Amino acid sequence: MATIETSSGSSQNALLRAWNNKESRGVIVQIVTMALVFGLGAYLVRNAVVNLDALGKGISFDFLSDTASYDIGFSPFIEFTSRDSHFRAGLVGLLNTLLVAVCGVILATVVGFIVGVLRLSKNLLMNRISYCYVELIRNVPVLLWILLVHGFIISNLPQPRDFRGVEGVENSIFFLTNRGFYVPSPEFQPLAWAAAIAFIIGVVGAIVYAKRAKKIQEDTGKISPVLLVSIGLVIGLPIVVFIVTGLPWEWSYPELKGFNFQGGAALKPEFLALWLALSLYTSSFIAEIVRAGIQAVSHGQTEAAHALGLRNNRTLQLVVIPQALRVIIPPLTSQYLNLTKNSSLAIAVGYYDLVATLGGITMNQTGREMECMSIVLLIYLVISLLISAFMNWYNQRIKLVER
Amino acid sequence: MTDTSMSSGSYPPGQHPDFPPPKNLVGPMAWIRENLFGSVTDTILTLLAIYILYLIIPNMLEWAVIDAVVDAASRQECREISESGACWALITAQFTKSIYAFYPPDERWRPNLAFILMFVALGPILFDKFPARSKMFFFSIAYPFIAGWLLVGGIGLESVETTQFGGVLLTIVIGVVGIAFSLPIGILLALGRASKLPAMRTLCTVFIEFIRGVPLITLLFVASTMLNYFLPPGTQFDLLLRVLIMVTLFASGYVAEVIRGGLQSMPKGQYEAADAMGLNYWQSMRLIILPQALKVSIPGIVNTFIGLYKDTTLVIIIGLFDVLGIMKSSLSDPEWNGLAAEAYIYTAVFFFISCFAMSRYSIYLENKLHTGHKR
Repeated sequence: MATIETSSGSSQNALLRAWNNKESRGVIVQIVTMALVFGLGAYLVRNAVVNLDALGKGISFDFLSDTASYDIGFSPFIEFTSRDSHFRAGLVGLLNTLLVAVCGVILATVVGFIVGVLRLSKNLLMNRISYCYVELIRNVPVLLWILLVHGFIISNLPQPRDFRGVEGVENSIFFLTNRGFYVPSPEFQPLAWAAAIAFIIGVVGAIVYAKRAKKIQEDTGKISPVLLVSIGLVIGLPIVVFIVTGLPWEWSYPELKGFNFQGGAALKPEFLALWLALSLYTSSFIAEIVRAGIQAVSHGQTEAAHALGLRNNRTLQLVVIPQALRVIIPPLTSQYLNLTKNSSLAIAVGYYDLVATLGGITMNQTGREMECMSIVLLIYLVISLLISAFMNWYNQRIKLVER
Repeated sequence: MTDTSMSSGSYPPGQHPDFPPPKNLVGPMAWIRENLFGSVTDTILTLLAIYILYLIIPNMLEWAVIDAVVDAASRQECREISESGACWALITAQFTKSIYAFYPPDERWRPNLAFILMFVALGPILFDKFPARSKMFFFSIAYPFIAGWLLVGGIGLESVETTQFGGVLLTIVIGVVGIAFSLPIGILLALGRASKLPAMRTLCTVFIEFIRGVPLITLLFVASTMLNYFLPPGTQFDLLLRVLIMVTLFASGYVAEVIRGGLQSMPKGQYEAADAMGLNYWQSMRLIILPQALKVSIPGIVNTFIGLYKDTTLVIIIGLFDVLGIMKSSLSDPEWNGLAAEAYIYTAVFFFISCFAMSRYSIYLENKLHTGHKR
């Protein structure tokens, strides 16, 4: 009986045996899945080819060198006129994205850390205020914050011409108007590069000093005044150089001429709205991360440090903060990443970031949806992969060495 | 001093009555001294806090309540009544529109009914003391389809174009669909990424990393401009449906990562025990691993859902009008021009209430599921 069965259905049985074996079943499942995925992919690509053929468009990136013929209102780093190419427009967009991301990260970190620490304060009033701040900010969509700040600047702040004839307007140097925030801007003379170089030397010097101080402390237990020396090197040195080279610097003040201010530097409402809204929104998440990180260091650590005779600030500096940072940094980086991705909402207030230039106007003008969107997606992917690569490297570095 | 020593001396041993604590250690004044002016830093912080409150509260009250106008026909009229107050008349005028937008007025009982049924469907999921919970679960599973039928129409109901969806209605539709479908997809993706099969793992990892690496807005652009290229020629595909698919996929990538964290926190012994019981892969996942992993990741999942709900506002950029879109468009009405603060604050209050409720629920759940080891 058994022999008959095996001889008649040998091929069927082989399949059944393969299916019942864990390893070979895994292989079958994978082959089928890959076949399905590649089949679907091929189907989509075929559709795309047919559709693009019908429209008479092939995939081509030649449009990048064509004249953009639109203006970009905000391009602080490189010159841009409507006669430049689409490629340059995309570059301006990318730089604007990075600008608002970097500015946002700095402000969000500062505000987030302050609020996070205040959230743990024993002072009931401050504690409640920071709690309200966090809950109020993070439970409202970021796009709404951007629009709210922008709307407030545009419709609730005075117009530049309202400053005409106001008492004391000649003496003030800051103007908060609905066309932007006007501040005096420094105009550097040729010798200013000396101070810039001094600044770089100061930063390098501070890092070297901090490393040496750490080594000395680990070897001998002697503690060096790292903070004071760093401040002196990073801030003091450039100032000294600056004064020695004879203050190569002139201020340009904003002045009311016609309907608007001339001179000085203007933070445009779009940039201001995007920057403030993104930073405040992200800061509320950072505050919670900081709070959780500090709370994650068990109280026993503080007690042990006190028992060793460390004073309060040394306990914080040597015991609590290093352990808290281990918990804080990974989610912090992902918040930075979120901020960068959220900066794509710039398009809602007319700030020219990557999505607004390449994925917006260029795409609409040239009709090259495929190419534009793939470039935009690729750039964001590269940014986020870089940040996660950094995060993995950091996690590896700070990982607890367990036995 | 002599008085106390005398009186304490006159009690027999063990009969000394309990005296109240010294006056300066109890009562509101002592509490204030302890909590607000304990040290120099504390005092500075308290004064700073009082100053901040002083700056914000009186001005806000004056603007939003005392000088505010609730009933007026236009911004002009508001300004005539009160020069500096908020003009809530805009909200009064736009309220119905901000909820139903362009939904046909005669059919508005349908979204209302769907909204009420949503709570009936949510009840058994959210609270384990819900009556007849196990039977009601079937209703919860069927709910998305019932609600879809109620809203879109067809079979027995007058059909409503999805282009007529808008306002709070649209926000809730996108939010609920995204939440309902991203959880199962996210679980599958997480299992795929944690799988031992290399092809599965690569596929899921690439998908998750792609989704998490790009902003939602670019995906919505892809949905609104490019998706038609990838479909057979001549296919017309509803814009709302495309947005729903994209939002769901986007959220599922994030849900998958949260659940992966939960899966990774499972001790290896759990997997080995499941194997030792002779359970196959799906059985061990369904009965042993997932119940524990999901429990650990609930706070993260709810946070993802709150994020998804807030992200529904991005649809205004590709031309759908959710509650934010309706309020934003009402600002371009010449009657109400320039009332950005009022319109956006109203929308912010709406989002705050829903998101805050969700995060409170997540905290409640966390406490309920926190079995053992709590200090």
